[in-house]
Parts: sequence; C-alpha cells; structure tokens
Amino acid sequence: MNCDCHARLLRIYSRRLRKQASIGKVKTSRPINLNLFSIKWPVTALVSIAHRVSGILLFLATALLLYLLDLSLQSEAGFRQAADLLASPAASFLIWLVVVALLYHLIAGSRHLLMDIGIGESWRAGKFAATAVIVFSLIGAILAGFWLW
Amino acid sequence: MVTNATSLGRSGLFDWLVQRFSALVLLAYAICILGSLALTPDLEYESWRAQFDMPAMRIFSLIALLSLCAHAWVGIWTVTTDYLNEAQLGRAGTLIRLLAQTVCALLTLIYLFWGIRIFWGG
Repeated sequence: MNCDCHARLLRIYSRRLRKQASIGKVKTSRPINLNLFSIKWPVTALVSIAHRVSGILLFLATALLLYLLDLSLQSEAGFRQAADLLASPAASFLIWLVVVALLYHLIAGSRHLLMDIGIGESWRAGKFAATAVIVFSLIGAILAGFWLW
Repeated sequence: MVTNATSLGRSGLFDWLVQRFSALVLLAYAICILGSLALTPDLEYESWRAQFDMPAMRIFSLIALLSLCAHAWVGIWTVTTDYLNEAQLGRAGTLIRLLAQTVCALLTLIYLFWGIRIFWGG
C-alpha cells in the first residue's frame, strides 16, 4: 500500500469521525487537562503526588546521608564531627525533614505494594488507606521529632 | 520503542518489578538502620563502625545501595516522563527532560560509587 493510499484513508476516516461528532455520536477531541493546579485533589491524589515529591527529596537528600555516613565511619574524630553537625538546629531540622520524607515514602509505598497484591484497591479502601498513610506519617513525624530533640 | 529509550530495562514490566523488589529491600534496610539507631540512644564510634564492618551488613548495604540506584532511576524516569515532556513544556520538553535525566543519572552513579567506597573500601 503506498503512502497516498494511507493519506486518503486517513482523510476519509477523519471526515467520517467529524461527521459523527457533529451529530453527537463520538467525541473527536476528548477533554485533556494536565494543569495540576486546576484539578480537584482527593486525598488519594494528594498521597500519590506527595509520594513522588518525597521520592525526589529523598533522591537529593541521599547526598547528605552518604556524606554523614562517610564522615561518621571514617574515624573517631569524623564520628564526633558528624554528631556535632547533627546537633546544630539547622542541620537537625534538615535531618528531621529527611526522616519524615523517608517515613512518608515508606508508608505510602507500602500502601502501593499492598494494592499491587490486591489489598485496598476499591475507592473506599483506597481513600481509607490514604488517610491512614497521612495519620501514620504524622505520628512518625512527631516520634522522629522526639527522637532527634 | 522510542518512548522507552531512557527506562531502566527498556520494558515497563521489568521496571515495574525492579521498582517493587527494590522497594522491599529498601524497606527492610531502612527498618534495620532506623531500628538500630532508635535502640541505641548513646551511639559510639566503635559499635557504629563494627556494625557496618560485619560481612552480612556489608552485603546488605551493597544490595540496598544497588536497590536505591535502580529504584531512584525508575522513579525519576516516571516523574520526568510525566512532567518534563512536550505536552507540558512545548517543543523544548524533550531536551529539558534529557538534561534533567542526565543530571539525575550522574548523581545516581556518584551515589553508587561513593556508596561502594563507604561500604567496601578500606
């Protein structure tokens, strides 16, 4: 089949689609909305996007964690240097944020793993589990705060 | 498939599986490290060092490191192909995505070699 033939078929088909659309049978242009700021945010969507954001944060924070691990394992002096660094308010707040992102990512990720094996896939269960993810993460954040300070 | 050129295993199913298995490894490693940190409030250098010098821990750490890199790459691929594309950013989308992916790939490799040095060097 040559290209000309393809193009003709395509024209015929699109003309037919337009005709059907004009009499209300088929929608040729389905609504597409990719603007994240104009769509509704049910709790499941919130938990999902936060999982992504926390993942990116953790990816960047890995540099900090590897640095601290490297320093703390180098020598007695390095260990104390890392401990002193963590004792400063700014650094300990940063570490708290990283721990919270990690806890959140782990909890929200566990929900995904459970859904992969068929647990909590319905809308009701999904919504409940998403709320549970937020509650557990908040508890984790508070516990991490107590642990660090 | 051109759309899969930057995915980890060139196959959605492979990437999906890698994402899940590495997630389990990282969950286990995080529980192990956070748990041991939480259980030893007065951590000393000697015990901290000894913990990472154990052969089993060295292997576990290396597997976790490899999992981290694979997991991060699949995640970054997913996020960058979702948001840094021509539908979202216009014609420069592909270029921006490839640039971002290059930076992330470099960072992932740095983490990998740095981590290997920490866990197995010296």
